[in-house]
Amino acid sequence: MAPLALSVLVPMIAGTALALTASVERRRAAVAAAIGATLASLALLALALARVGDGRTVVWWGDWPPRGRVVGIDFAVDGLGGGLALFVTVLALPALLMAGYAIRASAQLFYGACLIFVAAMVGYCLTGDLFNLFVFFELMSVTAYVLVGYEVRRRAPLEGALTFAVTNSVGSILLLFGIGLLYGKAGALNMAQLGRALGHVGPSGVVIVAFAFVCVGLLVKAAVVPFHFWTADAYGVAPTPVLILLAGVFSELGLYGFARVFWTVFEPAFAAHHDAVRAVFVSLGVLTGLLGAVLALAQHHLKRMLAFVVVSQIGLFLIGIGLLSDDGLAGTAIFLVGDGLAKAALFICVGVVQHRYDGIEERTLHGRARALRPLGAVYLVAALTVADLPPFGTFLGKALVEDAALGAPGWAWLPAVMALISALAAGALLRAGLRVFRGVGEPAPRDARFASGADDEQRADEEEDVAVGVPTAIAAVLVLGALLWGLVPGLAQSVADAAARFTDTAGYAAAVLGGSAPAAVVPHVRDPGSTAYLYAAATLAGTAVVAWLGVAGRSLPRAAMRAIDAVRALHSGRPGDYVAWTAGGAAVLGALFALTLR
Amino acid sequence: MTVLPYLVAGWLLVVGLWGAITSRHLVHQVVCLTVVQSSTYVLLLAVGYRSGGYAPIVSSSVPPSSPFVDPIVQALALTDVVVEATVVAVLLALTVQAHKRFGTADPDRLGELSG
Amino acid sequence: MRARPRAVLAVLALAGLAALIAWAAGGLTPFGTPSGPANGVVRTLVHERHAANTVNGVTYDLRGLDTLGEELILFVAALGSAVLLRHGRGEQVDERADEEHESASARTADVLRAAGTALVGPLVVLGVYVVVHGHLSPGGGFQGGVILAAGLLLVYAAGQVVALERVEPTALVEVADATGALAYVLVAVGGLVFAAAALENFLPFGTTGNLLSAGTIPVLSVAVGVEVTGAVALILTELLDQTLLRGGE
Repeated sequence: MAPLALSVLVPMIAGTALALTASVERRRAAVAAAIGATLASLALLALALARVGDGRTVVWWGDWPPRGRVVGIDFAVDGLGGGLALFVTVLALPALLMAGYAIRASAQLFYGACLIFVAAMVGYCLTGDLFNLFVFFELMSVTAYVLVGYEVRRRAPLEGALTFAVTNSVGSILLLFGIGLLYGKAGALNMAQLGRALGHVGPSGVVIVAFAFVCVGLLVKAAVVPFHFWTADAYGVAPTPVLILLAGVFSELGLYGFARVFWTVFEPAFAAHHDAVRAVFVSLGVLTGLLGAVLALAQHHLKRMLAFVVVSQIGLFLIGIGLLSDDGLAGTAIFLVGDGLAKAALFICVGVVQHRYDGIEERTLHGRARALRPLGAVYLVAALTVADLPPFGTFLGKALVEDAALGAPGWAWLPAVMALISALAAGALLRAGLRVFRGVGEPAPRDARFASGADDEQRADEEEDVAVGVPTAIAAVLVLGALLWGLVPGLAQSVADAAARFTDTAGYAAAVLGGSAPAAVVPHVRDPGSTAYLYAAATLAGTAVVAWLGVAGRSLPRAAMRAIDAVRALHSGRPGDYVAWTAGGAAVLGALFALTLR
Repeated sequence: MTVLPYLVAGWLLVVGLWGAITSRHLVHQVVCLTVVQSSTYVLLLAVGYRSGGYAPIVSSSVPPSSPFVDPIVQALALTDVVVEATVVAVLLALTVQAHKRFGTADPDRLGELSG
Repeated sequence: MRARPRAVLAVLALAGLAALIAWAAGGLTPFGTPSGPANGVVRTLVHERHAANTVNGVTYDLRGLDTLGEELILFVAALGSAVLLRHGRGEQVDERADEEHESASARTADVLRAAGTALVGPLVVLGVYVVVHGHLSPGGGFQGGVILAAGLLLVYAAGQVVALERVEPTALVEVADATGALAYVLVAVGGLVFAAAALENFLPFGTTGNLLSAGTIPVLSVAVGVEVTGAVALILTELLDQTLLRGGE
């Protein structure tokens, strides 16, 4: 009990204590305290994870174990959940270090909010109760709204925070509505208990609508199309330390929630409908990946481009999860960690360039970052990591997902589409990097749609000359981490074990509620074979081609450009539009489920 | 009567979303979001109601053996109210700043970030 | 999107959502016959924790982790609102602010000021009563905290802003906010230290109906009351400052 509970409570204590003493502004001591609390949480989670081993640990808060039915709230930790919580604390360290450099005003409150953000995310990964999941989900969200809008003197962060807050609020209300429907039907809030109850109920109307609403709530956070509109606005304007956590792990947690809730709560009701669920979510993943990648290419605002790359990667993760297989899930988990580290490094690079050279558009920054050679090198390697460069963690993860797709009948075309998505997204990154860090080719054309945001150029007085050395070192360490992650011996098999346990609904219910269940069948995963290397080579080649075409100034035919421009116009920065799309997506998803899941 | 409260919750959700989507003033939009939130309160409390049940507070005249309405949904609704109220607070703070920076509170005129 | 296409999309989407909800409503148990474990929970809380108000028993004991999260949401939102609004205030001139305050209190009718001042005392007493008796009668930390914050708002409404500014409420309510949140987390850790699990109710349970009963439930209720007072007062103070400093537009 103690390590798991304290891993959440320690950052909370530190966060509230920092806020309590905020009038005594001692930034150094505050950063040290924040990092200390995060390290403590990391150590506690590592300890708990070691004890979990290849099983599950279930602890009951307030000492309320089940008596016939569940009465209290539990933390039910298995390999994937605990691992993801550990990854959150790992990413929090560079975020806090960068905050020490980048944030000047009300810095102590910023660190306090970051710590609570970390505590919320850790609790979210560990919990076994659906309403508790919602509470931590909301805590994550509200803290994120505050952190994104922190530099509120400028217009862009303000608008980004507003659309972020409005859209995510609608999502969480729908999530809660779904939870209410489930409680009304099954009388339980614990995920394992709900699963058992819904297994008896079967796929009735209430369950289907609740599934749709709960999915929408989680997918809004996960930035899946058509719930993704807020992503570019929020991730395009947030302060860099916040972006490390947001881009690295925030949206991915939406997908984790979706996977966890599906496998523990809804799978018993939809056991006969795996094919339909697979079809819906893999298609959503493909759509998200393609849309994100194409829009990333169309962007010239560096941070917005990165935001769309994040969306495209989410599409790839959703494909892996949506395949509903153990190796797909394992592959996504490995891919997610490597990719998260790379994205964090990319955002640091872009943040440094933005602060140093006072601009954020490819056109104004053309060739100006030539002096930052180490940073450019780190950016290049991170971009190639997104492009599936072996032997990085992303390559290993993708290889597993490709295997899963090739193994599922009817989905053999998926690896090719995934390679295309990665090539487009990484090509956009590479093109931008070549232009900014090397000055290759002509400056980018003026982007008619990009309102250059006059006050992006106007410096707030809190950003002085940021020292480049430390952020570069942090970014380099992150990229190195992505490389080392792919080299951990036996990683694929142990993550596959954890994934098998994750999808073992009966085993989870038995661990939480008592009783026994047959042991889960663990897939045997092989090392990446020649197909994986082939797809990686194709992706890298595609990346190079896309980047070269971009740098050479070639563009698509007029009709295609008009279509892309129309899609870009939909991302209008207006909360009303985004809520309309969210409602539309919810209605369509609900209708799809009503048609296919009965 | 048997499903009316649930339909009321649904109506609140739909009407609030309509207001939020077509709103021309940020404060109005935020208040429409509170209407949407209230649909969840109605739903939660409705699924916990027991006909003929007492409020779940025990006293000398209401012994523990009496029928009660569900205290769990009431606790959930309380949590829900606080959570949603705080989101409204943050949104209103952002609205005040938006009015200052953009000179307008019309969400449709916020097109700073587009594309 | 232009207004017309957006409205069309909205109508279609919301009609679809309404249909889905109506379909789901048909599948729920009829209103008045819940499927939850209500009576069992009430009896458990009364017999084991000696809490008379079982809603608070659920809130602070059975599902105390939810309340911890919710309390922190309030905490972050209050601090966040303060930061978001304070950045914009930096440019205001303090002398002009004082003038506004003076004229504001001069404008308020005497009757309003008198009534406000007279009501603050009873409101504070009511708020403290509701917070402390949360485990015995309807009420608790959240409800009482809001009443206490309303007392502060009453002072503003009665035009006593100048008096309030001199006491520097902003720092005080921030401290109250953080203290309440920290206290709750420490009680949670106390469960680990003094008993088997975090957030366990480790104080003596007493007799149902007494003020000192139900273990940590009244303690947590007070912590939450302090925190909610601070947070709500902070949010209201910051928002009101915006209006008052800008000359009441």
